[in-house]
Amino acid sequence: MKEFTPAPDSASIVSVTDRVKPVTLGMGVTSVHFLGPRAAFVGGEENVAFVDDKGEIASVAVHSGGILSAASDGKRLIMGGDDGKVVSLDAKGEVTLLATDPKRRWIDAVALHPDGAYAWSAGKTATVKSGKTEEKSLDVPSTVGGLAFAPKGLRLAIAHYNGATLWFPNMEGSAEFLPWAGSHLGVTFSPDNKFLVTSMHESALHGWRLADNRHMRMTGYPGRVRSMSWSAGGKGLATSGADTVIIWPFASKDGPMGKEPAMLAPLQARVTVVACHPRNDILACGYSDGTVLMVRMEDGAEILVRRNGTPPVAGLAWNAKGTLLAFADENGDGGLLEL
Amino acid sequence: MSEATAAKIPVTVLTGYLGAGKTTLLNRILSENHGKKYAVIVNEFGEIGIDNDLIIGADEEVFEMNNGCICCTVRGDLVRIMDGLMKRKGKFDAIIVETTGLADPAPVAQTFFVDEDVQKNARLDAVVTVADAKWLSDRLKDAPEAKNQIAFADVIVLNKTDLVTKPELAEVEARIRAINPYAKLHRTERCSVALADVLDRGAFDLDRILDIEPDFLVADDHDHDHDHHHHHGHDHHDHGHGLKHYHDEDMQSLSLKTDKPLDPNVFMPWLQNLVQVEGGKILRSKGILAFHDDDDRYVFQGVHMMLEGNHQRKWKDGEPRESRLVFIGRELPEDLIRSGFESCIVS
Repeated sequence: MKEFTPAPDSASIVSVTDRVKPVTLGMGVTSVHFLGPRAAFVGGEENVAFVDDKGEIASVAVHSGGILSAASDGKRLIMGGDDGKVVSLDAKGEVTLLATDPKRRWIDAVALHPDGAYAWSAGKTATVKSGKTEEKSLDVPSTVGGLAFAPKGLRLAIAHYNGATLWFPNMEGSAEFLPWAGSHLGVTFSPDNKFLVTSMHESALHGWRLADNRHMRMTGYPGRVRSMSWSAGGKGLATSGADTVIIWPFASKDGPMGKEPAMLAPLQARVTVVACHPRNDILACGYSDGTVLMVRMEDGAEILVRRNGTPPVAGLAWNAKGTLLAFADENGDGGLLEL
Repeated sequence: MSEATAAKIPVTVLTGYLGAGKTTLLNRILSENHGKKYAVIVNEFGEIGIDNDLIIGADEEVFEMNNGCICCTVRGDLVRIMDGLMKRKGKFDAIIVETTGLADPAPVAQTFFVDEDVQKNARLDAVVTVADAKWLSDRLKDAPEAKNQIAFADVIVLNKTDLVTKPELAEVEARIRAINPYAKLHRTERCSVALADVLDRGAFDLDRILDIEPDFLVADDHDHDHDHHHHHGHDHHDHGHGLKHYHDEDMQSLSLKTDKPLDPNVFMPWLQNLVQVEGGKILRSKGILAFHDDDDRYVFQGVHMMLEGNHQRKWKDGEPRESRLVFIGRELPEDLIRSGFESCIVS
């Protein structure tokens, strides 16, 4: 990426803050995604705000209450709400109701498969809907913390208390339990399908190598890890939760076992959200003091995108080509940066 | 701390044994014309029907923290629900958590102390326990949960008083007081209690620990330092509160007092160690402390092994610089606690 040209010898950090197109959404933001050419800012409740490259805002009502979970594949955005509904939003701004919990329970987690299948959870029940086949549900022993589809095949990982469950929804009796004591809240597969990583209620990640279910403990965070992002090609897993971006190495067959993570972009604030560039070894990260940086993973060189002094950054996203970066803080003040 | 506390959303925990009247109290709180909106976390849907408020179903999932502390349990579902509710900040003024009749209040309370994100946004206001005047005495004999709920309470709503005779009422109150003399007790019929008596109590706010006195006045002001025979675990001895001590009551309170200054360098490690070792037995603890060479009052409070403390304010002119501590718990090692406390006094 040509634009990434930090000057290693200069005393002050390279800044592109003057190239950011400010976006004022006027609503609390919980996550940011791209749907086609437009950035989609998911509100804390009710609405998603589309912002195009000119900075035009178009708001779309998606839930009649809090929006608890969101997942996107770049073509559509699936959300779960405290209204008990699972809805989908496409790049044109069309909203489709996918499911309603019969008891109107909160939809705590959602996941989206590259082939169009989607999953959601309410309480202890995870449900998958794939193509024209019927909905399939699985009850796990305790409330579902997070959901993720494997990159290959129709396989769902369900994070819950004391471990995670792997399940092939189309295979009866295929649920496999991966135990590890504690509460698992988030979950992600490595892009090569070899590792499963969960973020825990305590300040740690846990991983399993799926070939032999060997454990990987990734600890040492001062705070809970709320954001995880795989680098282009899946060589590293960038995470929030510390005052630096922590990147665990996954390039070898042993993953991070016995290895130290890379620690980049230290600030006097907690990293709240990370998003790796889709093609290059660059990441964007947001901090609890409102700072947004772009960081080159190879050497940790930084470019300032947004100065500190605001509420924590709540969401960051790159478009599919990696030419646009969108971000917003908890109050809904954000920006768009074109590279 | 006061400013930060004010911005946080207050959380009232509503407990009580099965059938005591929790739902009646909850409905009363919600239907009263107070102009406030509540987010109510309940374990059973359908029993309350107030449109204006957010009602959230909970599963009471208790799990142990992976920090090697066995009594450090939290409510995982509450962590999740709080997370979701914080996306709707501004839509409600306070949160009420109703527990099931068999629940131990400790994991609920501890959730508000150990979870960083929960703590950032909400503060525990008080544990309110609804008790059935007719059946509580029996439940205290056969249901450890009922005992926990009384021991843990900041406010006790003694309900259905119209169903008992005066001597029966006196008996049940005495039993409550034997366990927890410090909670505010309200006698009610059909849970008719003023909202101000159950909400916004600030029971866990260090700034509002004003004094530690039993809730009722007893004609008993004798010296707590006197030496009495504590080595019989189950006799009818007087604990120095003028309280009747029941044979079957392993749950009790212990109060300590001295007008001599304490040495913080001895006291702090002693207290830390005490709750580490005996924290499983100690449900609640609270203290106002006068340290040697320190013009500030120091206050602390704890739930099991978790403690928080701070300098509160200057001692006022003429205010007796007295240290008072209270422990409520099960089978408290009284001799050990008393002698440990004595050793913290500057000689």
